[in-house]
Amino acid sequence: MNWLAAQASETQITHRARLWLYALAALVIAFLMLPTIIVIPMSFSSSQYLEFPPPQLSLRWYANYIHSDAWLQATATSLKAALATVAVATPLGTMTAYGLFASRLRLARLIMLVLLAPILTPAILVGIAVFYAYVRLHLLNTLTGLVLAHSVLALPLVVMIVSSALESYDINQEMVARSLGATRLRAFLLVTLPQIRFALVTAALISFLTSFDEVVIAMFVSGGDNSTLTRNMFNALRDQVDPTIAAISTVMIVISSLLLALFQTFGRSRDGS
Amino acid sequence: MKPGAQPNAPGLRRDALRERFALFGLSLPALLLVTVIMIVPIGWLFALSFVADDGSLGLVHYHRLIAQPAYGRIFLATFEISAMTTVICVVLGYPLAYLLSQLPRPLANLCMIGVLMPFWTSILVRTYAWLVLLQRQGLVNTIGIKFGLWQEPLGLVYNLNGTLIGMVHIMLPFLVLPLYGSMRAIDRDYLRAAANLGASPIRAFWLVFFPLSGPGLLAGATIVFILCLGFYVTPAVLGGGKVIMVANAVANDIELFFNWGATSALGVVLLLLTILTLALASRLVRLDSLAGGHRP
Repeated sequence: MNWLAAQASETQITHRARLWLYALAALVIAFLMLPTIIVIPMSFSSSQYLEFPPPQLSLRWYANYIHSDAWLQATATSLKAALATVAVATPLGTMTAYGLFASRLRLARLIMLVLLAPILTPAILVGIAVFYAYVRLHLLNTLTGLVLAHSVLALPLVVMIVSSALESYDINQEMVARSLGATRLRAFLLVTLPQIRFALVTAALISFLTSFDEVVIAMFVSGGDNSTLTRNMFNALRDQVDPTIAAISTVMIVISSLLLALFQTFGRSRDGS
Repeated sequence: MKPGAQPNAPGLRRDALRERFALFGLSLPALLLVTVIMIVPIGWLFALSFVADDGSLGLVHYHRLIAQPAYGRIFLATFEISAMTTVICVVLGYPLAYLLSQLPRPLANLCMIGVLMPFWTSILVRTYAWLVLLQRQGLVNTIGIKFGLWQEPLGLVYNLNGTLIGMVHIMLPFLVLPLYGSMRAIDRDYLRAAANLGASPIRAFWLVFFPLSGPGLLAGATIVFILCLGFYVTPAVLGGGKVIMVANAVANDIELFFNWGATSALGVVLLLLTILTLALASRLVRLDSLAGGHRP
């Protein structure tokens, strides 16, 4: 075959000599995709055991989900918390990124480091620390408390995404607007903001998913009527594994995929870079 | 006043400085939020870890961590599991990133969806999926037995195997994304030159490409290792109670004994280990490259 003997890269290696590489890469991608894909058929199984392939198709686990007040309430809590996290983290993070970028103070680097800490601190430590604080602040099991904690996790991501968009943006355009009489705020809203809007969309989506998928902190600070979907799923996984979870997982996969599609459409277009 | 100088230079400078501080002030709400919700409470726990159960100050809780061999084993297990996960991620992720970096962009982007999909799927959903796939009558065991790869169902879950599989699956994109970015940035002319000068493909790879991809690999491996140290969900579910990492020990201690001082000490040591690893890594690689791979 011609293709096999052709050169595959600059090192002059032939495709034949690295067929193993193609096979390995395909296996690794299969490994990465398999779990997400397998959950979907599982959720349509008629069996209550985790058999694969499913003996018969049925919607009973979806019916179970729809008819369970606890699961529906948890879904509502998770969606509310995620939307509120977007509403808190995106503006605060954007303000921070813009402020630190435009002030050009040396102190800004230090602040950046403090703001990045939540990503690298083990979640369990944040979880128990926030729990300890919330007991005293009377924020335990409240939506407010959950949203504040999730916003802290989402903030660094927003700051990073918006900062990197600002780096590739020419701030002089704002100066031009101001020299023509616009106030600083007006110049920001009319000149800068439209140019970093894709970064803002990306940041908002990432904030949503950060909150929606978060387990460990939710485990400590959400509860009662404000239990999140992930908290309930985690508890269910530890005791009885029930295909209802496959149905809920499928719902979550659909939500994530929709967001990913949004991200591909709006978030990754040219960011002025 | 010298001719040519600005008439009101000090005033303008003051205005400029004032404006810069006003802009800086925009970051204060976020800073306040992170401080109140996270930094002060962690500081509080840090302080608590030095308060003994009878209220006196001291290192009692840290002594306990050293005196009880169980804690030593937990830390050792955490390190081993994190190191194993990192090594497996490198072995699987490096070839994938290498191949992707050489494919034409559109094809590479298509394959990237495979890498990004788990990244965007909830960790719990994936953990559940592994539970389904790896159990005794699960798909993996069924296929393995059908094709005669093994005769008896293998114990793939509720133990270390399951934990490792789940952790590798979660961490692999964290390695592949930054690595892919840094490999794309390597100038291919170096490889052409090496080939031109008579290097065999394998020699050109090891002597030219691999060293150039080193910083990206190190950055990716560091982030994987650090995130592994704090893992909680995967060992708790896929380990079936047999795999206890530090984070699980923290949660168990709080749930069972509700002893804040002792638990805090454990959490503080975990945080210090994380910071120490980060500090060691930052001597070898620029830290901002750790975050560099998030935007493919």
